[in-house]
Amino acid sequence: MCSVCGCGQAEIVADKDQREGGAPHVHDHAHPHDHDHDHGHGHDHDGDHDHLHDHAHHHHDDGTVDYGAGVAGVHVPGVSEERIVRIERDILSKNDAYARDNRRAFAAKQVFALNFVSSPGSGKTSLLARVIAALKDRMSVAVIEGDQQTANDAERIRAAGAPAIQINTGKGCHLDAHMVGHAFAELAPPSGAALFIENVGNLVCPAAFDLGEAHKVVVLSVTEGDDKPLKYPDMFAAADLLLLNKADLLPHLDDFSVGRCLANALRVNPRLQTLIVSAKTGEGVDAFVAWIEASAARRAAELARA
Amino acid sequence: MHEMSLTESIVEIALEEARRNGARRVRRIFVDVGALSHVEPEALEFCFAAVAAGTAAEGAELTIERLPGAGWCLDCDKQVPLAERYGPCPECGGYRVKMTAGDELMVRQMEID
Repeated sequence: MCSVCGCGQAEIVADKDQREGGAPHVHDHAHPHDHDHDHGHGHDHDGDHDHLHDHAHHHHDDGTVDYGAGVAGVHVPGVSEERIVRIERDILSKNDAYARDNRRAFAAKQVFALNFVSSPGSGKTSLLARVIAALKDRMSVAVIEGDQQTANDAERIRAAGAPAIQINTGKGCHLDAHMVGHAFAELAPPSGAALFIENVGNLVCPAAFDLGEAHKVVVLSVTEGDDKPLKYPDMFAAADLLLLNKADLLPHLDDFSVGRCLANALRVNPRLQTLIVSAKTGEGVDAFVAWIEASAARRAAELARA
Repeated sequence: MHEMSLTESIVEIALEEARRNGARRVRRIFVDVGALSHVEPEALEFCFAAVAAGTAAEGAELTIERLPGAGWCLDCDKQVPLAERYGPCPECGGYRVKMTAGDELMVRQMEID
């Protein structure tokens, strides 16, 4: 089981043939397994004393053992101090370390990475296909597609003219930085490319997992309701840009207010940028393409300065 | 269900530290979870036994400490308690509150044999 995402069967699908071949995703990080650390803890100092921690306690003549200078430096009534180990490690630190690696790898190739997040059915893939058509003559685009199952989305992206890799997360509810690192290495986009990472459709979990992207872009469709930013605030807080999609449907909706929706989103994240788009009619796509080019140039300038 | 992934990370960190400290068995893991973090402590507890099974942490107790949320209200210009992540300042009712605590998600310490 992948130790980062907890999923049972994440796989990266480069193309149809590989998918059918199974293409098992290689996990090279340490998985927890049954170590039987069977060393004598008898403290009899008979020479066979191979545990690793330092014994900072003192054996007094009267037979008492003083743990006052033990590893933790704390006392808990009824517990030998030696057996308490202070850790203070962030639970997301594993993913964050992979995300840092990804960020370095993206920077080394001047790749501008965006992490697209939304609920299922918001129109991410259709929007990306439209954006690729508008952008591909000016900038190389490569796409990492995340879904629990099927390679349908990667096929749609390839049909739109960009190389794509599908990650199937199996039971996993989000992409993690480790999966993305593998997919990026396999995809090997040219220097200066835009990398679109389409996350698993889920408005909750992907918010907590940094993939190494320059920006999270949250896509919300007008049919989902204008109170979504308040119901799922984490995602809107984590994003830098909100694309309000399916704007072509607005004339048919009498209970969706664009103003209310954006006000809710800005309440959660006052720095959020917003664009209104339609993957169907192409409304707002040019504005988003301009945002991508401007943001990529800005990112490159920041990296050059750093 | 990302609590499963987080529980995996907790167990993995505990097992790494157990190996480093020459432990035979992990008896208890202390985890700090901020009240405003993305995590349901009940879900962590639910996943823990399943994830720890078959490892040196099998049967260990998971002790979760809930840390309170706090923020800095830009309008009141002071530290205020925060009940929800993007909630209002309890004093002035405004939303210009920057979270300063409550986002923690950390394996603090553990008890080993």
